[in-house]
Amino acid sequence: MLSVERIHSYYGKAHILNDLSFEVRRGEVVALLGRNGAGKSTTMKSVMQLVRPKQGHVVFQGENLVGAPAFRVAKDGIGYVPEDRRIFTDLTVLENLEVGRQPRRHDAPHWTIEQLFEIFPNLEERRANRGKHMSGGEQQMLTIARTLMGNPSLLLLDEPSEGIAPVIVEQMAATILKLKAEGLTVMISEQNLHFARAVADRAIIIEGGEKKFDGSFKELEAHPEIRDAYLSV
Amino acid sequence: MAFFLAQFLTGLANAAALFLVASGLSLIFGVTRIVNFAHGSFYMLGAFIGIYLMEILPGAVGFWGAILLTGIAVGLIGAIVEMVVLRPIYRAPELFQLVATFGVILVIQDLALMIWGAEDRLGPRAPGLRGVWRIFGEPVPKYDIILIAITPFILFALWYLITKTRLGVLVRAATQDREMVGALGVNQAWLFTGVFALGSALAGWGGALQLPKGGADLLMDFNIIGAVFVVVVIGGMGSLPGAFIASVLISVLNVFGVTYLPQSTLVLMFVVMAVVLIIRPYGLLGREEVAGEHGQVGAPETPIRPYGPVGQALVAALLLGLALLPLFVDQFMLILTIDMVIFALFAASLHFILGSGGLVSFGHAAFFGGGAYAAALLVFHTDTPMELAFLFAPLAAGLLALGIGWFCIRLTGVYFAMLTLAFSQLVWSLAFQWRAVTRGDDGLVNIWPSDWLSGTETYYYFALILGVGGILFLRHVIHSPFGYALRAGRDSARQAEATGIDVKRVQFAAFALAGAMAGLAGGIFVFAKGSVFPTELEIAKSFDALIVVFLGGVKTLAGGVVGAGFMTVVEDWLTRLEYWRLLLGLVIIAVVIVMPEGIVGTLRTLWRRIRHTDEETV
Repeated sequence: MLSVERIHSYYGKAHILNDLSFEVRRGEVVALLGRNGAGKSTTMKSVMQLVRPKQGHVVFQGENLVGAPAFRVAKDGIGYVPEDRRIFTDLTVLENLEVGRQPRRHDAPHWTIEQLFEIFPNLEERRANRGKHMSGGEQQMLTIARTLMGNPSLLLLDEPSEGIAPVIVEQMAATILKLKAEGLTVMISEQNLHFARAVADRAIIIEGGEKKFDGSFKELEAHPEIRDAYLSV
Repeated sequence: MAFFLAQFLTGLANAAALFLVASGLSLIFGVTRIVNFAHGSFYMLGAFIGIYLMEILPGAVGFWGAILLTGIAVGLIGAIVEMVVLRPIYRAPELFQLVATFGVILVIQDLALMIWGAEDRLGPRAPGLRGVWRIFGEPVPKYDIILIAITPFILFALWYLITKTRLGVLVRAATQDREMVGALGVNQAWLFTGVFALGSALAGWGGALQLPKGGADLLMDFNIIGAVFVVVVIGGMGSLPGAFIASVLISVLNVFGVTYLPQSTLVLMFVVMAVVLIIRPYGLLGREEVAGEHGQVGAPETPIRPYGPVGQALVAALLLGLALLPLFVDQFMLILTIDMVIFALFAASLHFILGSGGLVSFGHAAFFGGGAYAAALLVFHTDTPMELAFLFAPLAAGLLALGIGWFCIRLTGVYFAMLTLAFSQLVWSLAFQWRAVTRGDDGLVNIWPSDWLSGTETYYYFALILGVGGILFLRHVIHSPFGYALRAGRDSARQAEATGIDVKRVQFAAFALAGAMAGLAGGIFVFAKGSVFPTELEIAKSFDALIVVFLGGVKTLAGGVVGAGFMTVVEDWLTRLEYWRLLLGLVIIAVVIVMPEGIVGTLRTLWRRIRHTDEETV
């Protein structure tokens, strides 16, 4: 479904992603693992074209996205939930959801506000509240719900468990599995191995912008040295 | 009492057009972060197009239909301007766009002159609303009452659009984080164009709606833009109700001002603005500008490095050339070069606070003109010797900058820019309206240098030594620890403070220094010309400096100087042509689009590219 081919991305002159390639297949949940600064967020942004790779291809459903504006990428069916959430703090919950709304897509699950309120009951209670009056966990749910309003076929979740209370993290894991059951393809970036293992089918480990491991969690367990070298556990 | 009421109603009626224009500006700023200086031009276009349409469409239906169509027409023009001029440069530094809109002003001015001629036009009266109604015995024009009646509907319609429609939700979301709106699948380009068109249409409606009370002339654009900025800033950037309240406040105040304090009408508006901003720095209903992590666009700053041997050699050669210039050229060229040196120092002083300090001042002319006036007033009223009066120019300008800076430095971004504009307008209105002291627009004349300096050649060297000395001094300061602190505060105020830098104090000192240097330029100017007029304090003068700094390149040290040279030459050449504003505007727009790093920045990038081709092509 998504194929990232040998991309190089930069922030100014800093070379962040170095010849990175990986695939995401339809229907799976992939975890992108790595330490702080390994390049996880940049990978997400490079797919989204918020950071433009200087070399390489990002092929989504047969089409190279490199160079396309971010709104095109979103319209093509990639939903992006940024790490720092970036909800619209002056807008109410309902208005935030409205910004994300896009027409339904034939190859992706379709979401209505009511369905999203079922998945995220807290949001329904707070539907008329402004974003800035919400807790971190609620804001995280709102960003996910907002992105789902675009009916994406691939969801990019950048560190969804970061800075959230443990109870909510568990809820979040259940939610991601629910989304998967609905037929959504998901890529999450994580530092929390435990959380990643609970939701993902496969792990990709990066360090210094390069891929170090790509395989199942079983394989990863068979090589504890990889885990010790690239993840802070 | 009835008289008061009638006055008040007139003020309310005047507020209608002002509010329309201001709400458009506010809307455009909110989404695109562009301070659209050309907004007054759309207002002017609205007036001219309105008259044209009213002439061909008869009757009351025609009158109101003409107003409606005018807004649509101006909105379309706005959309074209956005697509052609602004869309290519959204990624450029914010203030570059501002310069582009200034280019648009010039272009529209000359186009209006070509199409409608220089004569002022009287607006047609509204059919069926020609007379007056008596309210408690006082006559109030019928059209005024109608305006007062429809303004709330306009406010309501805009409020509804912004708070209740999808477009409004997107607009508000984009105001906060436009990149995220894009990542959610919204094509920002069209959102921006739409908002710009709507904002322009509002200005066009404002221009058409005021016709029966006024008319159309070629000065409308500049005349309204000051008032509109004041309104938007008093109300709070981005707040519609704020813009409404402020429009009423300013319009009513103006009406009473004309009656009771006719000498200070101009000052009054800016005094009110200054007072409001001192009490509520972000306007009546505005909120603090959050310098959002996601608001920044464009590449990070490249650190400024001292010149290498090549650069130093170039500067030395240039200075040598300037020193030997009188041997080769005639008097006219020398005078032009003096102008260039004065302008270069003025621009360098603005560049100093703008480039290194990140403080975008819209009112730098206050210090240039302030210095010139300080020296001229001393000579004119007390016959002070030239040498002493000359020294007083930078001193007085520095003191003025201390005073103005004390109020302004506490603000940031657009609010800082607006408050500096307001203060400079205050200084300008003093020079313009306090005739007893400043002789108003008759200016102060016969301000000549002492005998030993009076030859053109001698004065050329005097100007050259002081001008170049001032520029080198500013350059030296930028490379001193004080300069590092200033740049640190620009790049990240919080981090700079965490390392122990008192950012506001450093900025305050830099502002005063820049003011003093602009005053020095003013001092050289006044004795070169022998006179000074309020035009030296005008908004246009501040903008000249801004344009020069941006054309030269904000992020380069030589930017101000090169820009000033370029501008003096281009202006001297262009002003001989009939439609020079049009050409100058097009040149400005072209430079902004083609060289978004400015002249020096572009040359530097080219130079680096030539030298590092091997590395870059790996």
